[in-house]
Amino acid sequence: MPKVIPPTVETDDEYFWDGVQNDQLLIQTCADCGRFRHPPVPMCGDCHSTAWTATPSQGTGTVHSWIVSRHPTEPDADPRVVILVELDDGIRFVSNLVDVELVDVHNEMRVELCFRVIDDVKLPQFRPAPSPSRQTPSVQG
Amino acid sequence: MGAVGKTIIAGIGQTEFSKSSGRSELQLAAEAGIAAIRDAGMTPADIDGLVTFTLDTNDELLLARCLGIPEIKFWSRTPHGGAGAHTTVQHASLAVQGGSAKAVLVYRAFNERSGRRFGQPNQRVTPPGWNWYLPFGLDVPAKTYSLAFQRYMHRYGLTNEDFGRYTVVARKHAATNPNAWFYQRPITLEDHQNSRWIVEPILRLLDCCQESDGGVAMVITSADRAADLPHKAVKIAAAADGHLRDGNVVFNYYHGDLAEFPEAKLMAKQLYDQSGLTAADMDAAMLYENFSPVVFLQLEAMGFCGPGEASDFIKEGNIDLDGSIPVNTHGGLLGEAYIHGLNNILEGVRQVRGTAVNQVKGVEHVMVAGGRSGLILAPAG
Repeated sequence: MPKVIPPTVETDDEYFWDGVQNDQLLIQTCADCGRFRHPPVPMCGDCHSTAWTATPSQGTGTVHSWIVSRHPTEPDADPRVVILVELDDGIRFVSNLVDVELVDVHNEMRVELCFRVIDDVKLPQFRPAPSPSRQTPSVQG
Repeated sequence: MGAVGKTIIAGIGQTEFSKSSGRSELQLAAEAGIAAIRDAGMTPADIDGLVTFTLDTNDELLLARCLGIPEIKFWSRTPHGGAGAHTTVQHASLAVQGGSAKAVLVYRAFNERSGRRFGQPNQRVTPPGWNWYLPFGLDVPAKTYSLAFQRYMHRYGLTNEDFGRYTVVARKHAATNPNAWFYQRPITLEDHQNSRWIVEPILRLLDCCQESDGGVAMVITSADRAADLPHKAVKIAAAADGHLRDGNVVFNYYHGDLAEFPEAKLMAKQLYDQSGLTAADMDAAMLYENFSPVVFLQLEAMGFCGPGEASDFIKEGNIDLDGSIPVNTHGGLLGEAYIHGLNNILEGVRQVRGTAVNQVKGVEHVMVAGGRSGLILAPAG
């Protein structure tokens, strides 16, 4: 298994890691103008408010880019697929893609949020989303 | 003419480039520094300013003791590693222009192969701001940069073989440069494709810059002193930085289009505006390449070719010594050495002086840039 270096929780991102413990991917949200911002910063660069809340992500998105590490320092048995997810919420988020064969990884593939504990570190991860054909048909129409 | 147009690079110096220098980083800085001062026809008493990187371990006052610099009236450091490589010259130039110093020594020296290696995961604890990356496995530059490069490949349908064509050129240039670690060791595209994956499907081993030991230094002073120099003076015709609100040096994942390098566009526009020159006026370009794809993104951002055209541009021979814009004529950071980009500036100086081992004919203007910071060098007077 990969060796995970745990996050060092800081003043400005403590809310996020608390959210992970509750199976939520929280997005910092300006309390005044409502804009999302990631990575979080303590002041809104648009309205300069320091008041903010945290909005749970919808948990769905697409793979914007991806890599498979073959770096010599990587544990060879199980390379991690690192992805940049374009969340449907409108932000990009770096994570890992799990439960997938490497040959199936591609740009724009649909993914959904899940949580995994790796090396005792709980992290938000993503897995392939069910294809539309396998979803419950819409009752409309 | 921009504010920096009245300053020159008067002298350059360096140590050998190796994988194990066998001496301290301070000694490397001192050896490179005295070489640059002598090359400028000066003595340490002529130097009254010092500029290096925030990442450099060499204390300014210890270096002054080594060199016997009696008085320091200006010093500064530039942030973000190689992203600020060319900013060092900008700082020195502005200090001279502003009257804070008469002559500034710019230096960078490290044992980056035998000591702390940039290409290895060094963190055991996540540093501030890295919680969004390190726990997910982005622990070395090859990986962090590749996550953005992959989008560029996807956009234009490129493969790793496209990047390999840059490496072949860089190694060809290094092969005839005695200063280069890969002197007399050119490679073929097949060699590139046979090198092992570092980050699939983006970077193979031969797409990655070296890890090197060595020191580099330069003396920046007023153009008024150009006539006193033992060598042809090299004018700093333009110097600029480019950074954006939604940008990030190592994790540049948040700006609109990852297939572009908007910081390099911003930086290059300033270079052209300051100098009144365009990409078509450049006779050679030294482009920082920690990894081969960075050359592609810079060629496009700086206007040497259009978006998505860098692969064909390189394939057609445009960056070769006899091409329309010879690139990294010393072999670059892949072929010569990785002295954090400052060795690229030395090659720019040699091209303007006419003393490069792979000299381009009739050089008037050289672009020396690292995406987010850059210079245009030209003959003085």
